[in-house]
Amino acid sequence: MSKMVTLSIDGRSVTVPENTLVVDAAKMNGIDIPVFCYHPKMKPVGMCRMCLVEIGRPMIDRATNQPVLEDNGSPKIQFSPKLETSCTTPVSEGMVVLTRNDKVEAARKEIIEFILTSHPLDCPICDKGGECPLQNLTMRFGSKEGRFLFDEKMHLAKHVPLGELIWLDRERCIQCARCVRFQHDVVDDPVLDFHNRGRSLEIMTFSEPGFGSYFSGNTTDICPVGALTTADFRFGARPWEMKPAASLCAQCPVGCNLEYTVRREAKSGGATVIKRALPRQNESVNEIWICDKGRFGYHYTQDPARLGQPLVRRDGELVPVTFEEALKIIAEKAAHQPFQILAGGKLSTEDLAALRGLAQESGGKAWLHTYMSGGFTPHYGLSADANLGALGQGDAVLVAASDLHEEAPIWWLRVKQAAERGAALIVMNPRPTRLKKYARHVIRYAYGEESLAVAAMAEENLALAGEEIRAAAETLKSARNLVIFYGSEGLGLTGSKGLEQALADLLERGGFTGRENSGLIGVWHAPNLQAGFELGLPPAEGLADLPAGGVLYLAAADPAGDDPRQAAYFSGREFVIVQDLFLTESAKLADVVLPVLAYTEREGTFVSGERRLQRYYPALAARPGLKADFALTALIAKSLGYELEGRAASLALEKLAASQPAFEGLNYLKLAEVHEQWPQVGGSDLYYGGTSYANRQGLGKHLSRAAKPEPDAAPLREGIRDVPKNALRLVPHTRLYDAGSTFAPSRLLDQRRARRQLRIHPRSAEPLGLQQGSQALIELEGAPFTAEIVLDETIPGGTALYPRSLGVPMNAPFHAVVKPVFDKSAS
Amino acid sequence: MSHILLRHRDIPDIKELSVYRANGGFKAFQKAVTTMQPGDVVNEVKASGLRGRGGAGFPTGVKWSFLPGNLWPHYVVANADESEPGTFKDREILENNPYQFLEGLMIAAYAVGAQEAYVYLRGEFESIYRQLNACIARLEEAHLLGDQLFGTDVRLRIYTHLGAGAYICGEETALLESLEGKLGQPRLRPPFPAVAGLFNKPTVINNVETLTNLPPILEKGADWYKSLGTEKSPGVKIFCLSGCVQKPGNYELPLGTTFRELIYTWGGGLAEGRRIKGIMAAGASSNIIPADDRALDTPMDYESVQQNLGAPLGSASVIILDDSVNMAWLVAKTTHFFKHESCGKCTPCREGTFWMAHITERMMGGKASPEDIDLLKNVALQMQGKCLCALGEFSTMAVVSGIKHFRPDFEAAVRGGGKAK
Amino acid sequence: MNTILNDYADEVQAILARYPQDQKRSAVMPLIHLVQARDGYVTKQAMTEIAEIVGISVTDVASVVGFYTLYHEEKGGRYHLQVCTDLPCALRGADEFLAKLCENIGIKVGETTPDGVITIEEVTCLAGCHHAPMFQVQGDGAITYHENQSVDSALEIIAELRRKAAAQEAE
Ligand SMILES: Cc1cc2nc3c(=O)[nH]c(=O)nc-3n(C[C@H](O)[C@H](O)[C@H](O)COP(=O)(O)O)c2cc1C
Ligand code: SF4
Ligand code: FES
Repeated sequence: MSKMVTLSIDGRSVTVPENTLVVDAAKMNGIDIPVFCYHPKMKPVGMCRMCLVEIGRPMIDRATNQPVLEDNGSPKIQFSPKLETSCTTPVSEGMVVLTRNDKVEAARKEIIEFILTSHPLDCPICDKGGECPLQNLTMRFGSKEGRFLFDEKMHLAKHVPLGELIWLDRERCIQCARCVRFQHDVVDDPVLDFHNRGRSLEIMTFSEPGFGSYFSGNTTDICPVGALTTADFRFGARPWEMKPAASLCAQCPVGCNLEYTVRREAKSGGATVIKRALPRQNESVNEIWICDKGRFGYHYTQDPARLGQPLVRRDGELVPVTFEEALKIIAEKAAHQPFQILAGGKLSTEDLAALRGLAQESGGKAWLHTYMSGGFTPHYGLSADANLGALGQGDAVLVAASDLHEEAPIWWLRVKQAAERGAALIVMNPRPTRLKKYARHVIRYAYGEESLAVAAMAEENLALAGEEIRAAAETLKSARNLVIFYGSEGLGLTGSKGLEQALADLLERGGFTGRENSGLIGVWHAPNLQAGFELGLPPAEGLADLPAGGVLYLAAADPAGDDPRQAAYFSGREFVIVQDLFLTESAKLADVVLPVLAYTEREGTFVSGERRLQRYYPALAARPGLKADFALTALIAKSLGYELEGRAASLALEKLAASQPAFEGLNYLKLAEVHEQWPQVGGSDLYYGGTSYANRQGLGKHLSRAAKPEPDAAPLREGIRDVPKNALRLVPHTRLYDAGSTFAPSRLLDQRRARRQLRIHPRSAEPLGLQQGSQALIELEGAPFTAEIVLDETIPGGTALYPRSLGVPMNAPFHAVVKPVFDKSAS
Repeated sequence: MSHILLRHRDIPDIKELSVYRANGGFKAFQKAVTTMQPGDVVNEVKASGLRGRGGAGFPTGVKWSFLPGNLWPHYVVANADESEPGTFKDREILENNPYQFLEGLMIAAYAVGAQEAYVYLRGEFESIYRQLNACIARLEEAHLLGDQLFGTDVRLRIYTHLGAGAYICGEETALLESLEGKLGQPRLRPPFPAVAGLFNKPTVINNVETLTNLPPILEKGADWYKSLGTEKSPGVKIFCLSGCVQKPGNYELPLGTTFRELIYTWGGGLAEGRRIKGIMAAGASSNIIPADDRALDTPMDYESVQQNLGAPLGSASVIILDDSVNMAWLVAKTTHFFKHESCGKCTPCREGTFWMAHITERMMGGKASPEDIDLLKNVALQMQGKCLCALGEFSTMAVVSGIKHFRPDFEAAVRGGGKAK
Repeated sequence: MNTILNDYADEVQAILARYPQDQKRSAVMPLIHLVQARDGYVTKQAMTEIAEIVGISVTDVASVVGFYTLYHEEKGGRYHLQVCTDLPCALRGADEFLAKLCENIGIKVGETTPDGVITIEEVTCLAGCHHAPMFQVQGDGAITYHENQSVDSALEIIAELRRKAAAQEAE
């Protein structure tokens, strides 16, 4: 516990922890001191001078070191002649702060006037108008008339692209440096800075691409004026025309809390559409930040290619029908058949539960479509009130086989911050990643050897362990908590299972299992795979694992799209049902295709990788005629004579909570609970947090710890099958901006989207005749495809890295012959 | 009397190491290193009453004693940014008497236990930078810099760092930022450089002239030094005399010399037929002092100028203004300077200097109205007490005092534009 | 290829050696001076190379270049003739001096002579107030002061600079 300090603010006695800044002490006690440059997530700089207050301190007698007393016995207060910036001044015992007297009010008026000497008064066309701290503070404290001559104002460029995502209006910038400090200090992408000096200070970027950072959108939230806007939203709508809706990001397993703002517009045919995504505060998950994938990734939900009507196959063609017809056909064809179901990680918890129910009722089975194994996480994952934000000195974080910056940027940020607070970070990867900079121990292993490396650390198998592993094992011995992130870099399902088990063993042996802020976190490629593992669905990379015959039912899964060779598994089925947003490659092979609501049009829950169960709410009205996945599954079940809960998502979750111990006691009301968070953002005074939203719709709840799983006895290293002569080992990795179906429709990011590239060490490339930038031909079990060669000295020899979801039809390591494409027409 | 700081005026070749040494050079440093504890040096300098010559006049020995003894390493940085309009004393020392300055820096470093010292030079002093680098190389050859100096455990290295054009880098925390490879924007204080300075370590920053005083003080003792100047402002000071005088230049005189003596005895008075109108005692950052007898007879020491004339002595850059000078024109010059040099970090300075420059430009262009005079004054007053560093405050001094004492000049400018100089 | 490391391996090492090992960023200003001496101004390519040497972003290097007036981001004349017209110099006729000088060379303040040799600029105090009118010449990696000037003496200096530029061109 930190020491408490008592002071007086505007005559009120308040007690706050020592080192609290005066501005925060006031805010904690309901007194708003206006600020521009100060932001509670960043170190104060005292630049804008908006927060000036009058401060007095008890006078101390130099000789006796005792406070000087007034006649009435109270301590004599000495006020400094100058006003002081409350954002840079920490509280001290007996301090007297005055935030509302004439002197302070006059200073505020004067500072606002100074800021406005150069600020254009273009509020009527400014994106920030209506939610602008400068506008609000001008109304409240500003002077009524301008003394500055209008034609002497600065006239500067108003449409400056800082890259294609973020635009700068130079006239509106008030030089508060929030954006610069965010990029430098918070996310360590120092790609924005000031140019020139004095009144000519200007924000600029020299990075390639411009403003190259996965976190760039956050600067548009914390900018206290309309200087920074996103290309996605600028001039899109006025704040007061839009309604907010609480949601979650569906792009990765972090579970960032979002607020979608929507409006009805003629331009979209009178429909209500999402205009932008903003972070919603959840200090245990994403604080007030989101990454750009989350901010700009929602476009697929309103893509014109969305399916609006069921399709059935007639005479070999898919033709539109009504839901009644489609269900009738299903009832006919699927009666008494076992359902073999492949379910994707983008489905809600309720959807997955319904699919599992249908499989059980019909005597079939439901699989989780994933290339990463996670069966151990329900027992070894986080629970109760775990919070990555509380990790620090004395704790340890291990990141294995994952490039968090690419896979889950907000987790990367959380881990970076934990390391900055003093947590010992151990990074295990065959090549360097961006986390290396913050790591206390860096462990390198060869692709394929991940579980061996972990085992060496767990067992302190000194024969196997190198210097770094021994040092890391030593660190773990004294750690209070251990949080482990594991990913799938270089791994398919088998290898990741091996890694997962080895890591569980590490937690177990170290005595971390069940500790308050310890556990295993899977860096999944979808927002809700965790729920699938919680429900005990077995993982399946593709259809090969599913028994032949019966009904094949795919929901939010497109194996044929991932790998054309999967199409072979469709034949030999009695009947194939595909339920999806789009006419996917798999849907094209189906007998019945059922469209569903996007997650933005319904409610549901996701379980984040940290095992936090969180609600999302409908941002848009349901599309007429369409249903949520779970409701549709329940209808199918009903048409076959089975009973599933399809009325409401909340009821479906309650039913699940009654039978699944990890969910015990959880319901939609509980998930909607909120408590006060620090710093307080949003609300009536937007100036603290910019446009990040206060959380009024629920912070979510952790699942309880599930039963201990049985380890798999089979060998869990990725097999080396029939290595062709001269083959390279191709290993997968994940890039943030991929071409997945729920991200590709966000065209804004096209220029930054990763390309289908093979990263390879120059020494491995040379004997194969592969050159930087050239095209290579890859033979994958008879299926040829091409990729661009990128020479990269960080890639271990004999291997090449290929990106997932960018057209290489594999998710696991494989061996292949790679050769140059000499002549395009020949290949 | 022979010079104490501008010794090259008496000994022309003193910028040669051999000549400097032949005239007692580095004896003081040797004495400190071989016969005195660092604390003794601090005490001697405290006793001498030497005050910082960079502008603020803070007692040098006292400043040194603020460095915490439990945080290491310590650094000493020489402030050779000399950019205040009307200031050109450090340049003369550096060009002509570089070893005395370096010896002073070395004494300061020894006194505070620094093993590394930096000289931050304004970018325009590029040729001085070259010369100083050569001097440092010679000192290393002569084993006056390096390890085990005079056979003791004392080690010392001096490095130079060249700025690139920014007045604000004379402000000590902006200087440190610049030395760390960043924009020259002042830091928040606290923490003060004495606790967290260069590279976040305890640091002393001293002006070139301040440091150049140290060898004679150690050599001849605090009492000798105190015998010069006044009681509270002991010693000699280089007065930079510029503007409307016959013989502008540097004059090394005891503190407490009157303005009258400086201007008329040393500076040769004003041009034929001209009358003295105003004095700026501290460069462009000064108040404009109406040059009446009271002002002319005020002794130039830190207390008297402040008490008699309500203006700081600063770096004693005395700019003389004669009756041909219109003060509105002058203020247009100073506000232009501060607008150009404001670092832009804090709102009142960034916007206030910009605004003031606009108003005065308008006045000189004949496009102002009488209300603009009060507007100008109000903008200046509105800046006062709110800026992050002293530059913002400095920029208001000439404006406020000029309008106070010379309002008719501004009225004339409003009426007739910028005809008058 | 990092041309700075290539052209100035020793100088770069010497610059880095002046600062503690974990404070490489301090070297950014000397390195900018170094490339400006070579190229006459600071190109984006040079900024990228400096960023690589000191381990900061190009944007941060560009920011430093932009803050200080002696760094040039655009190719100006080979020599920057910078006349001080600040208060003390102006009291001694600097404004008139500059105006006449410009008239004589036939360009305005901020412009470059058609032969690309001289750019005329107006600057703030150079610590030469007692020797006004005065100016400095920045070019070829050096800065030279010229004090107590008249228009004639200044024109002579310009003529000399032109000869120097032509001679080096001829080499
Ligand atoms: C805007 C500004 C400019 C300054 N310029 C200089 C300067 O050029 N040279 C200098 O020595 N001190 C300058 N100072 C004062 C320094 O901040 C600092 O007080 C001084 O270097 C301390 O040295 P001293 O104690 O030896 O005087 C300046 C201060 C301010 C606020
Ligand atoms: S762009 Fe916005 S956040 Fe950045 S400095 Fe300008 S006003 Fe501040
Ligand atoms: S005013 Fe020109 S050199 Fe000082």
